[in-house]
Amino acid sequence: MNLITPDSGLLFWMVLIFGLVFFLLARYGFPIITSMVEKRNDTIEKSLKDAKEIEEKMSGMVTEHARMLEEARKEQAKLLREATDSRKQILEQARTDAREEADRIVTEARERIADEKESALRDIRREAAILSVGVAEKILREELSTEAAQQAYLERLVDEVARENEQVS
Amino acid sequence: MIRTLLISLLMLLQALSVPEGDSLSGTFVRTGAQSDVEERESPSGTEAEGNDLNVAEIIFEHIGDAYEWHIASWGDRHLVLHLPVIVHSSTGWHVFSSKLLEHGAVYEGLKIDPEKGKIVEADSGKRPFDISITKNVLSLMMSCLLLLVVVLCTARWYRKHDVLKESPTGIAALMEPLIMMVHNMARENIGEEDYRKFSPYLCMAFLFILFNNFLGIIPFFPGGANLTGNIAVTMVLALFTFFTVNLFGTKHYYKEIFLPDVPGFLKPVMPVIEVFSALMKPVSLTIRLFANMLAGHIMILSIVCVIFIMAKYGAVMLGSMSVISVLFGVFLDALECLVAFIQAYVFTMLSSIYIGLARQKED
Repeated sequence: MNLITPDSGLLFWMVLIFGLVFFLLARYGFPIITSMVEKRNDTIEKSLKDAKEIEEKMSGMVTEHARMLEEARKEQAKLLREATDSRKQILEQARTDAREEADRIVTEARERIADEKESALRDIRREAAILSVGVAEKILREELSTEAAQQAYLERLVDEVARENEQVS
Repeated sequence: MIRTLLISLLMLLQALSVPEGDSLSGTFVRTGAQSDVEERESPSGTEAEGNDLNVAEIIFEHIGDAYEWHIASWGDRHLVLHLPVIVHSSTGWHVFSSKLLEHGAVYEGLKIDPEKGKIVEADSGKRPFDISITKNVLSLMMSCLLLLVVVLCTARWYRKHDVLKESPTGIAALMEPLIMMVHNMARENIGEEDYRKFSPYLCMAFLFILFNNFLGIIPFFPGGANLTGNIAVTMVLALFTFFTVNLFGTKHYYKEIFLPDVPGFLKPVMPVIEVFSALMKPVSLTIRLFANMLAGHIMILSIVCVIFIMAKYGAVMLGSMSVISVLFGVFLDALECLVAFIQAYVFTMLSSIYIGLARQKED
């Protein structure tokens, strides 16, 4: 019956040693280990949750980013179109202005040319009159240089006037 | 594995050398039978039995308790650790080395009873109050010291290192999964509220059983004692669980035992059944662990002894049976490693379930 009769000495030592070791380990052993490991587990759990949140946020940011890129592209296209339009417009404006200016300059030049022409013609006419008067004077002086010529001329003139008078009456 | 081989080797050495009364080689005695337990003769290698191989004696020497620790033998030289005897007999306290009681010697009116293998008073044959450091007690001290050192070293690692920045190394990496396994088991079975209070006890019980189970499988000196296969040890463990359960029981738990919500005619019967069931729980815990570990030891030792039993049947039988027995021994040792863990786990799990039941609140 040795095996199934608990031995008093072993019972005594077992209670004593087990109790002592349990006291020591329950105080300085297990709670430290389990609390630290639980702390780590909590941190890991929290980190995983955070990572998931961040991932979600990231995916949101990616779509946001894509959206913004799309918007920027649209904006760019719009600006480009506008720029093209305004360039065209400016060019058009410039062309119109230039044409007007040119027209004005041409008109002005034409007017001035006409004026110049007029005054030149006038000058020429006056010169011609003066010249013809001089020439006529010279001719007359030549023809009427003698007394007899002068007399003859006078007579002819008188005749002429007399004839004219006869004819009138 | 190592155990089988080493025991075979040791026994072979003993068998080869001139056996001065060593109880090896000879008739086959059926192992494990209860009658053999009672007939067991104390200190081995002392009485000459001719050519009889007393297998039962070999086995019970290995699984039983003793006042000395027989470590090894070379021929007729024995390496034996004589442990201190501490007894309180009718003549007061006696403390001396067990070497003085060897071979049935009487010292200070005390001797070892050859029938029981225990110290008795020489004249009256009465058992004194005996708290000697026996083989099992020494093994208990060493395993507890080992447990203490291992767990405190683990705790020290956690105190010295930032657990959020480093993963455990060395002993901490080894112990953490075991401790956390029991801790989480406590959380599952006892409940989120107060599992922290009971987790240290469950960890302690689990590691104590596990360490001693594995030390029991190791065949040479620091191990080899059959501590968890000793009913006193398992009884103390079960009683610790019993008191933990019943001292921390809630009102609801005691109401379920003494005033259960059952039909009138069952009212007087139920408390009897419930009390009986509460008392049987530690008994079942005790027997389960004790019987499992003891059976494992006996099986391995029997298989190894087959080699020596076969010695007298000639070389062919010896050779073939040796191969078979070594293969079986390897298998059984692997099985024992599994059982060592499973029994520690089962004891702890049942303890946590009992505690959890006692901690139930009113629904």
